[in-house]
Amino acid sequence: MTSGTSPAAIEHLLRELAPQVLGRMTRRFGDFSAAEDAVQEALVSAAASWPVEGLPEEPRAWLTRVAARRMVDHVRAETARRRREQLVVSLIPPEEQLALAADESEPSPQDDALALLFMSCHPALTASSAIALTLRAVGGLTTGETARGFFVPEATMAQRISRAKQALREAGASFELPAPEDAVRRLPSVLHVLYMIFSEGYSASSGAALQRSDLAFEALRLTRLLHAQLPQAAEVVGLYALMLLTDARRTARTAADGSIIPLDRQNRALWDRSAIAHGVELVSQALSGEAPGPYAVQAAIAAVHDEAERAEDTDWPQILALYDVLLGLSPNPMAALNQAVALAMVHGPQAGLERLETLGHDPRLAQHHRLDAVRAHLLDRAGDTAAAATCYQRAAERTSSLPERDYLLLRAAHLRDRADG
Amino acid sequence: MKYILMMNSAGKGPYQIARWPEGDIQRHIGFMRDLNQELQRSGELVGAEGLAAPDQAKLVRAGQDGKPITDGVFPETKEFLVGYWIIDVESAERAYAIAAKASAAPGPGGKPLNMPIEVRGVMSAPPPEYA
Repeated sequence: MTSGTSPAAIEHLLRELAPQVLGRMTRRFGDFSAAEDAVQEALVSAAASWPVEGLPEEPRAWLTRVAARRMVDHVRAETARRRREQLVVSLIPPEEQLALAADESEPSPQDDALALLFMSCHPALTASSAIALTLRAVGGLTTGETARGFFVPEATMAQRISRAKQALREAGASFELPAPEDAVRRLPSVLHVLYMIFSEGYSASSGAALQRSDLAFEALRLTRLLHAQLPQAAEVVGLYALMLLTDARRTARTAADGSIIPLDRQNRALWDRSAIAHGVELVSQALSGEAPGPYAVQAAIAAVHDEAERAEDTDWPQILALYDVLLGLSPNPMAALNQAVALAMVHGPQAGLERLETLGHDPRLAQHHRLDAVRAHLLDRAGDTAAAATCYQRAAERTSSLPERDYLLLRAAHLRDRADG
Repeated sequence: MKYILMMNSAGKGPYQIARWPEGDIQRHIGFMRDLNQELQRSGELVGAEGLAAPDQAKLVRAGQDGKPITDGVFPETKEFLVGYWIIDVESAERAYAIAAKASAAPGPGGKPLNMPIEVRGVMSAPPPEYA
């Protein structure tokens, strides 16, 4: 045992080892669901004992041993319960079974982690189940940590995980690395789950929201892992770049009290320059391919924002052109709204407002608070203070985000005061 | 998305559970317990509470000195919150479906009560970035 390792370092190590141990266990025992529970128990006991007793010589072997023991207990309990003697339970001690595995030509720990990621983001799962399973099985988070990130009770999160496993069983999902052509087909749902975790976490840096920034961190870590395994997949590169370039602004986008600071008023000195440099490099790589996808183009837009020294230096014509490309690739009402902002920045607020008129006919947007929020912003720029205040007010009444509501309410009040003053 | 489902009842409305026959009360309590277990098992339950009877309720205001002034006399026709669920679901439609289920809780004679359930969004979404 080596002592003196910080709790944070231990946590980091556990999260990294979790999918490796789980991959091994699943291959040895063939039961993903039970193996996942066993690894979770091993992680919980490591998190309790390592900070006190010090790090074991071989942390991965330690976890595997403890998880295998749990697994055997589980199998024995099942056997007893069902009174079914012929149930597959090897008499070879688990330690030896796992020792045998090392001699075989087994997949690398990274391949295992990737196979687990594809499994956890299986299309048969609901979004919330896929998110829960991904964070626990691949991310190595405990059920409690995941529950706190989403502000739900631990028991509820545990149920999401067991339902996810049930859905996987029903869908006949198997633990194996998909063939390259299947991987390409299934990649979008993996990227979507990672992006949802990131968006949930890309949030304020104070109070209750602190736990959410952990989710952004986890999403970035898992995407980095995916990128390390599939460095040539353009959309993986694109999503990784998008996360880096967005997360680089995290500390600047929220005030100490948790309130929103819009992009044009952020203190750009707080932006993470090295993350931006890395993101920009990846964007150029993603865009140089034959057919850049929506994540790569969104990353390119984020890069243009990040590269402007001051808000007024932003290359809006380029952003506008990129939105044209993005909407050509995947028509999306939120992107269309953002394009209207870019249009206003290039051709004046009136052009943006006219575009919003058209977008308002889209039933997905007509009642959406973002339409009013963008309209308010453009009306303000056009000098129509009273109408802008009304639109901010209406947007505030429709959002489901508390910091956003506060931001919109304060904008409305500010404009009303200005109109009166 | 998180929603709160609020079950309201008029002071003299149908939800006068205390006056029902034993079998009806048992069926009603059983229904509510099953509903909560179902929501827990589906991974959608954030929290649920039933509230104490309205005749125990007090309206509280701060007086001039900041001390509480209580008022406990309510008109019998006033609507009261009987209980609530907070759920975390994939869509608004799912929240409405759960509300409809709760609304049809069995009343006297096992007949569905079809109580009004108020469904409101909980402000829990992460904020977007404003350009």
